[in-house]
Amino acid sequence: MAQTNKKETPLTWDVFTTGLWKENPVFVMMLGLCPVLAVTNTVENSLGMGAATLFVLVCSNALVSALRNFIPKQVRITTYIVIIATFVTLVDYIIQAISLDLYNKLGAFIQLIVVNCLILGRAEAYASKNSFGKSVISATGMGLGFALALVMLGSVRELLGSGQLLGIRIFSENFEPWIVMILPPGGFIVLGCWLLLINYVHQRKTESLINQDAAASHCSVPQQH
Amino acid sequence: MSQQAETPKQPSSSSLILTLAVVAMLSGLLVVLIYEFTKPIIAENQRIATEKAIFKVLPAAESRLTFQLQDGKLIAADDKSGGELLYAGYDSNKQLVGLALNAAAQGYQDTVKLLYGYTPENGCITGFDVLKSTETPGFGTQISSNAEFLANFKCLEAKVKQTLDGLANVIKTVRNGTKQHAWEIDAISGSTITSNAVGRMLNQSGQRLHPVIAKHLPMLQQAAEQPPTQ
Repeated sequence: MAQTNKKETPLTWDVFTTGLWKENPVFVMMLGLCPVLAVTNTVENSLGMGAATLFVLVCSNALVSALRNFIPKQVRITTYIVIIATFVTLVDYIIQAISLDLYNKLGAFIQLIVVNCLILGRAEAYASKNSFGKSVISATGMGLGFALALVMLGSVRELLGSGQLLGIRIFSENFEPWIVMILPPGGFIVLGCWLLLINYVHQRKTESLINQDAAASHCSVPQQH
Repeated sequence: MSQQAETPKQPSSSSLILTLAVVAMLSGLLVVLIYEFTKPIIAENQRIATEKAIFKVLPAAESRLTFQLQDGKLIAADDKSGGELLYAGYDSNKQLVGLALNAAAQGYQDTVKLLYGYTPENGCITGFDVLKSTETPGFGTQISSNAEFLANFKCLEAKVKQTLDGLANVIKTVRNGTKQHAWEIDAISGSTITSNAVGRMLNQSGQRLHPVIAKHLPMLQQAAEQPPTQ
């Protein structure tokens, strides 16, 4: 009936940083791409969606983890969805209370957090198998990693699409905005460029590590004889 | 029989139902708590947004009254009243400066909703504020930023027929650069669908509401001095 904790790893700094960058939900795991492409046309929208997703991810994973020993596996997905939908409804009301303007800009994408595969994925793959503390810390890392990716996309799109950052004009009036950047294709283009850059840097790093290892082993070979 | 012995013990249906019921109750409790907490804040936010839009389309107004359209009649109401609401703006001398009216029509992506200012004395539509729009950024969104398009609304003619059963002239959007009459709207080149939607919604709203306003004009003019009872 209940899910048992098998071989629980200790709580380390890695639990937090893994989601933040090493296994970033957007740039590495490619999860929840629908809001990533749809609402990142400005930094403000990206921050709003990032904060909303972080809230839902942390709260739902905390509750899933707290209840993990009481939820029969036959109804676990249904239960997770009910829990996630609850927190999405809460965040929907909270954003309306904070700013109607932001609520109108984010549109239906707030309600669509329910079906963000990142949240259900983390509930099923991590929170249902790990302790409360670890689940909360991992979810915080993942949520911040997701928000970071949204802001990285949003800042490039807003800068090129309207010459502004957070509504503050950066380029002069002579700058001709790249309208495509604030349209959905701009999301794909910027995401592709970020992935290209991140993978290129990662590849260069791996190659240099391999070269260093090879050089070290080459130097050490004569000493063995 | 041996196969049955190997399968793990299934939890009873009642325990599954109980789990879901407990989670659903917990969920309901949380939603109700937050709903009750945020309800007055959201209502206040909506009131501020409406207020801002009204005073934007009626810049000369210093105070306002809300009216509800019911069976072709205008009755005093408040912002929380359901149905179709009209907002009358008054200056510091309690003189009617105009009305803020709602209009909506299908745009390129979804329904576009506007609040527009109407001055019954000269029959002019004098500006609008976009309340809801999901039009394409850089194209349909130009209706609120394109200076040439906004110039149409310095005084867009929306006079009522003498028989008080509609507008004297149909408000319509025409191709960019072909405007000839005061009741025509010069479209934005490249945003024709949204420009047409603006013309259509102003015409529909005007045909329906402006005659009612004309019939109730004396009441509206005096309402600020003696607010009518509901």
